[in-house]
Amino acid sequence: MAEQTAKRPVSVPVMADLAARGESPEILFWVGCAGAFDDRYKRVTRAFVRILDHVGVNYAVLGKEESCTGDPAKRAGNEFLFQMQAMANIATLDGYGIKKVVTACPHCFNTIKNEYPALGGEYEVIHHSTFLQQLINEGKVKAEGGESFKGRRITFHDSCYLGRANDIYEAPRAVLEVLDADLVEMKRCKTNGLCCGAGGAQMWKDAEPGNKEVNIERTEEALATLDGTAAVLDNLRGVESNAPAGPASAKAAGGSVIAVACPFCMTMMADGVKNKEREQDVQVFDLAELIASAEGLNA
Amino acid sequence: MHFSIQNIIFLLVALAGFGLFAWQASRIRANVLQGRERDMSGHVNERLWKTLLVAFGQQKMFKRLTPAFLHLIVYVGFIVINIEVIEIMVDGLFGTHRFLQFAGPAYSALTGTNEVLGALVIVAVAAFWWRRNANVVKRFTGPEMRAWPKMDGNIILYVEVVLMAALFLMNTADLKAHQLQNLSMPGAFPVSQFLTGLLPDSVPVLHMLERVGWWAHIVGILLFLNYLPSSKHFHIIMAFPNVFFSRLIPQGQFSNVESITHEVKAMMDPNYAVPAPATNPDGSVVAPTPFGAKDVDDLAWTNLLNAYSCTECGRCTSVCPANITGKLLSPRKIIMDTRDRMEEKYNAPLIFSPALYGAEAKHDPQEQLDKENHTLLRGYVTPEELWACTTCNACVEACPVNINPLDSIIEMRRFLVLEESAAPNALNAMFSNIENNGAPWAFSPSDRFNWADDLFVAEKGEVEVGH
Repeated sequence: MAEQTAKRPVSVPVMADLAARGESPEILFWVGCAGAFDDRYKRVTRAFVRILDHVGVNYAVLGKEESCTGDPAKRAGNEFLFQMQAMANIATLDGYGIKKVVTACPHCFNTIKNEYPALGGEYEVIHHSTFLQQLINEGKVKAEGGESFKGRRITFHDSCYLGRANDIYEAPRAVLEVLDADLVEMKRCKTNGLCCGAGGAQMWKDAEPGNKEVNIERTEEALATLDGTAAVLDNLRGVESNAPAGPASAKAAGGSVIAVACPFCMTMMADGVKNKEREQDVQVFDLAELIASAEGLNA
Repeated sequence: MHFSIQNIIFLLVALAGFGLFAWQASRIRANVLQGRERDMSGHVNERLWKTLLVAFGQQKMFKRLTPAFLHLIVYVGFIVINIEVIEIMVDGLFGTHRFLQFAGPAYSALTGTNEVLGALVIVAVAAFWWRRNANVVKRFTGPEMRAWPKMDGNIILYVEVVLMAALFLMNTADLKAHQLQNLSMPGAFPVSQFLTGLLPDSVPVLHMLERVGWWAHIVGILLFLNYLPSSKHFHIIMAFPNVFFSRLIPQGQFSNVESITHEVKAMMDPNYAVPAPATNPDGSVVAPTPFGAKDVDDLAWTNLLNAYSCTECGRCTSVCPANITGKLLSPRKIIMDTRDRMEEKYNAPLIFSPALYGAEAKHDPQEQLDKENHTLLRGYVTPEELWACTTCNACVEACPVNINPLDSIIEMRRFLVLEESAAPNALNAMFSNIENNGAPWAFSPSDRFNWADDLFVAEKGEVEVGH
């Protein structure tokens, strides 16, 4: 903490400016609509950019030239709108000769990586969880010098479009490992992870009639896991439990964390925590925020 | 060798049994081919490997250990005991008796294994019956588990017990007849040796009982074979092609609609040459297919193959976030509806009585559907079910035989949106936001880069070290 003496402004490189100077970045950071407009997720975008800036990655963003990948349109069945968006974006990316894309949004990640190639857009696409894991493995990020998460209880909520959709389960966990926190897994994790309720364009509509909201179901599971009561609940239901027993020892110091790696999971889990009136002791953070904060990059 | 009228009768029975099944199979094949084309060729080694793991090796069953072990017993029993069916076929055709006995110790190993497995199958089937009928397993319930699917599940279990009982009757009677005549009996009978006391001490009666067991076993198998196409038990065959032809691409990748690609390319580039539409042999243009799926023949053939592979276990529905939270959507119902509609519209199996589906109406009684709208979409699957899906792929991941309900859900959503403009209002608003602002929310594109304003990063002291 003591070595954090000064702050300096970050000027985010915009692709059009680089192109005007005849430069090309090593990697394009695809911000995504939530990363650009959602007040909560803008903080994740800023945290990720601080990391990029800190380690000296040669990157750029599209800025105002970026447009929705078309993911919500495609999941909702509007293939026409999806392809319009996709082809316009491909034209932009190809116009700049982009080869490699990093994004913090699993939906943008999945769409650009898996669905743009059929429309002519071929890029190396990586999710920020994988990118952060690489930075950690290369020793460029040590998660030192900032906030300590040592001993704090953290549970990771798998995003469907990262996990089942693209088989990325280990990278986000490897990123969290570096925090030296008390990582606990929810019973429904990895391939069995329960959706936050926002995918498939649900983010933009009310849920159909039912007896519960999906994000409440998931938040209850996350809270029970963090509180150490999941095992008790499992016992009551007569199932074998692998959940940790007992409350977190360092619960008082800083509280527990639900870690996410998706803007929509962020919204749903944060709403769930608010609904359960647990904002005082449970926070929802994206991986990039946790790393930027542990690295002492916030200013 | 005692060639007799029995062998002629057996030949006729076997021909009838296999012939009827071949006829049923051809009708099912025709149903599946009503689906739209989808290229699943190539990657043969990868597909074979996956079939070996998932279908043959039951890989995904082992996510839930108790049913996995019970199922494994019945599955291994089915495969191993069918080796003995080869013997039964040869004996039946040529009048031999236990013709495989020339194998000596190997024959003892085979018959011994069969007996142990047969007994274990009866135990496993009893456990299955308990799980299915004593409300132990929630996923066996649900609105789509109407009278027929429930009855079907039990019929399968009863038939399996009858087949095993026939096997034991045959072996026990044969063994006891040999013992009474002081003849040596080929093979090993670790279970039947304890059952001989249950049978009478008359050699002619034992011979007759052995014949009863033999005929019951083989006729039972032939009847069961022809019951399969009417039953969820058809999965014992269809699981293999279904896994073989399942998708190899990431689960998050949704199919591309090529006809739309041509339209969009033509819009963006006036010089783009849209491929000429396909023509019929008489030169007329083939009518364009609708976007998405309204009825079963609008789905891909693989989606229809899925429907015949479903064993209605409900693993998909039990992990569906929408279903867990009380919404109408049940991925299993989508698959069962697809099969029911296919059998209603095209070739029906031998047992197909919608009346058996129970008192609950299959169709929404509020909505009097005319013939035009009596289709998979609306006639069976309601838009409310489709719109509840979060596209999370939990159902796809859970299915032990790689069925993909999400694929069918998206095809029907496409029809609702592209052909009927029938998306929920909130989604229509999202669509216009994307069209107008390039974002699903009503924000101005000129604000898209505001997040970068007043952004600072902490200077870390260690950077200065060495200067």
